[in-house]
Amino acid sequence: MLRIDALRAIYPSLARCIVVTIMGAVSAELQSLGHRPGFFYLLHSMGLASSVGLGIALLRPELHVVVLDGDGSILMNLGGLTTMARYRPRNLTHIVFDNESLLSVGGFPTATATGSDIAGMAAAAGVPRTTTVHTLAEFTAAFEESLGGNELTTLVAKVEATGPPVYLTDLPMLENRFQFQRHLRNLRTGQG
Amino acid sequence: MPVSVANSQVIYDALKASGISLLSALPETWLVHLIRMAEDDPEMILVRLAKEEEGIGISAGAHLAGAKSAMLMQNHGFLQSVNGIVSLARLYRIPLLMLISYRGEMGERDPWQTEGGSVTEPVLRALDIPYERLEEPGHVRLRIRKAQALAESSLKPVALLLCRDLMWEE
Repeated sequence: MLRIDALRAIYPSLARCIVVTIMGAVSAELQSLGHRPGFFYLLHSMGLASSVGLGIALLRPELHVVVLDGDGSILMNLGGLTTMARYRPRNLTHIVFDNESLLSVGGFPTATATGSDIAGMAAAAGVPRTTTVHTLAEFTAAFEESLGGNELTTLVAKVEATGPPVYLTDLPMLENRFQFQRHLRNLRTGQG
Repeated sequence: MPVSVANSQVIYDALKASGISLLSALPETWLVHLIRMAEDDPEMILVRLAKEEEGIGISAGAHLAGAKSAMLMQNHGFLQSVNGIVSLARLYRIPLLMLISYRGEMGERDPWQTEGGSVTEPVLRALDIPYERLEEPGHVRLRIRKAQALAESSLKPVALLLCRDLMWEE
């Protein structure tokens, strides 16, 4: 499965969600499909996208938050899985695109290439719903299920280690950050 | 355990008065009463962390979601969080109120706390983080309010050092 195909498959449904992504290919590919004000791309601080998503999910239970994470990123914040699981917000879907490598910095293998199982670790941390999928059909079905499932979900999607030719987009970080914050504010006041 | 309940209450009340609705925390001896106060307060969202850097992400999420938050951590937890402070809070202009228990200063008896004591303020200065010491209950409320105001107006991290004379009774 290609990550861009997976993103394309869920892109229409993401319109109903608040999305936090990691840096690199995930951010660039989602933007290539079309930026929306409810998308926040965390272009550094690897590992913390899931923590940012947790903070939003805890404070805004009326919104569905989707974190688009990666194997390299979540491996930097495995303790964060236990924090997510402890509070298990029902409005949070945690997607991990697992390409078994640190693609944007030379493609060196991560520990998932030698058998570390992220869904297994999430389940052991206490995340109530976890699954690993290998095909687009499985991915789309599991994602839609998580949106309607009313339970914290970690969905690991095994994807190929390919990405876009460039990672830089024409959306400055701070423009994204302030637009996203304003969007969340407008959703609360009913102007969104 | 001679951690001051009364002064912990002064700090907690000041945080509430500053509009803080989410506290992330990792336990350490001087913070026990503050964490229990947050736990017992139905108006406060307490997020118990596995490691302090997570709290930077959670506070960023809270800010973007429209809430005021603060972090409770030991100075060693602050040292652990440096990348999150630089490449999330500073990079993305996130107001971050950090209450840091300042272990390893004069009077410290635990040998393992001493190295952190000597590098905390140099690291705060290197990161260009404005900070003040909380040393006596009389100035706690005002200093917390002012720190919170600066964090919100500058959209940057601000630190308050919880010092031995405030936190520890002996």
